[in-house]
Amino acid sequence: MTSFILRRLAVAIPTLLALIVFSFLLMEFAPGSPFATERGIPPEVMANLEAKYGLDRSLVERMAIYVWNIVTQFDFGPSFAFSNRSVNDIIAQGFPVTLTYGVWSFIVAVAVGVSLGIIAAIRHNSSVDYAAVGFTVGAQVLPNFVMAPILVLIFTLWLGWLPGGGWRGGQIEYIILPVIALSTSYMASIARITRSSMLEVLNANFIRTARAKGLPMRRVILRHALKPALLPVVSYLGPAFVGMITGSVVIDVFFSTGGIGQFFVNSALSRDYSVILGITILFGALTIAFNLLVDIAYAWIDPKIRY
Amino acid sequence: MSDIMTSETEMEPGLPHGKGRSLWADARRRFLRNKAAVASLVVLALVLVFACLGQLLTPWSNEEIDWNLLGMIPQEGGPSLVNRHYFGVDETGRDLYARVVQGTRISLAVGIVGALISVVVGTAYGAVAGYVGGKTDNAMMRFVDLMMSIPYMFVLILLLVIFSRSIVMLFVGIGLISWLDMARIARGQTLSIKNTEYVEAAQAIGVSTPTIIRRHVIPNLLGVVIVYATLLVPQMIIFESFISFLGLGVQEPSTSWGALINQGAANLRNGTPWMLGFPLAFFVVTLFAMFFLGDGLRDALDPKDR
Repeated sequence: MTSFILRRLAVAIPTLLALIVFSFLLMEFAPGSPFATERGIPPEVMANLEAKYGLDRSLVERMAIYVWNIVTQFDFGPSFAFSNRSVNDIIAQGFPVTLTYGVWSFIVAVAVGVSLGIIAAIRHNSSVDYAAVGFTVGAQVLPNFVMAPILVLIFTLWLGWLPGGGWRGGQIEYIILPVIALSTSYMASIARITRSSMLEVLNANFIRTARAKGLPMRRVILRHALKPALLPVVSYLGPAFVGMITGSVVIDVFFSTGGIGQFFVNSALSRDYSVILGITILFGALTIAFNLLVDIAYAWIDPKIRY
Repeated sequence: MSDIMTSETEMEPGLPHGKGRSLWADARRRFLRNKAAVASLVVLALVLVFACLGQLLTPWSNEEIDWNLLGMIPQEGGPSLVNRHYFGVDETGRDLYARVVQGTRISLAVGIVGALISVVVGTAYGAVAGYVGGKTDNAMMRFVDLMMSIPYMFVLILLLVIFSRSIVMLFVGIGLISWLDMARIARGQTLSIKNTEYVEAAQAIGVSTPTIIRRHVIPNLLGVVIVYATLLVPQMIIFESFISFLGLGVQEPSTSWGALINQGAANLRNGTPWMLGFPLAFFVVTLFAMFFLGDGLRDALDPKDR
């Protein structure tokens, strides 16, 4: 097991470094200087500015410093657009917000999705099953950017139950709509995967044996069927995580939560390269770390996997 | 898949089409029996006709501003046959019908181009990796794993910001990632095709590896590839809409479903529900139809996998 984890780490860390280097190089291709203004800057001032941000050094040197600062001090450098803020300030301000509703969305999607899938499989071909299948089919065409306006239309404008945006330090009524909007399509996918793999497992011989020796259905499901049925769900968690991280950008922008996605889109529109780069790397690192965890969890759950 | 399209056609040059056609006809019969899939096909055909010919029905273009309505859009700008704004106007007084026609064109084009790239690149990549096997396979699939473990949406947005936001760049970005899933699926299928008797026979009579891949492996992959390509089109459309929803995709005056939904959503509180409703309806109905069509095709072409 240890050697398996080490081997996966040996892939994950170079992947992360490659992502950093690739994104950094991309920024080099960006046209224009971050300090270019319409009036023009005197050359002496420009030289000072470039020295302040380290732009007078060679490409390799700058890249080495950038990577070194991230790895050793978790320092993503200054923002080019805001002279008094660093990328770290922006992350520190926006990330807790995104993390709060992101974690809730993930928990809701997995908990509700798995339960729904199991219930649908146990009551195969019942009205509950049909309702669950209908939900999973319908939610496929309701990605977060479609869900968000529909939810605001219904719960904010028509019913007036919940606020249609803002954050207020994460009060519960400000979290509900973002969580529903972000989790629905993944909840549906998880329910669909759980249902079909549970149906397959319930038809397996070892389940029939367990039933034949007189175990109650509840025990058969919890003790025998659940673990193998959840394997495909575990392998779906990686893509779901990526999707939710990406979707959080839409949620942040649409609900004006002040989360990190809002900074990301604003920086993308105002070409604040260092902020885009920092956020891309942060989310890349999170994704790679999460995929690593999923891989390890999968190897741990599935006895068939050799490591 | 391999057990449906058996090897007879390849092995008996005297009967090049006999068996193969009957198998496709078989698939067609299974497909036509699926009412939801056939209805979806009709809906998609209508959407396609709308995208191609819809502009002919309206005197308005997608850029023209109707000055008569400016300033009273919430009251007068709704759908109306009198001033021939069938879907109403958007917040700057442009005809929403013409804009939906244009958005439909772009969204469908994005979906189809993305799926085509994935079919061509992904199938070739997966077939080669699966057929050659060994270290090559390992290296090639590791690369796919690596690409998939990166949150590509952010990298794509980085690309769009740096190389200016254009529809070409959007296609390039979508092309870069759309083939990954297909490569995995094609590789998996190839692994089972590789061990069939007809491939063994071809190897035995000394057919070269590229020819085997082209003549024997890829044709037998087609069924699965078609199924997943139809399921990829809606994913690509969602992908593009996502970027356009953030205002980072297509640029004015061009538009797409995502951009239109974004505009409608931004104007939710102004009492102009048609700006959200029409694009949203087109998005949801088309995607629904595409998923049902994909399901129908899967049942028809790949009856093993349900």
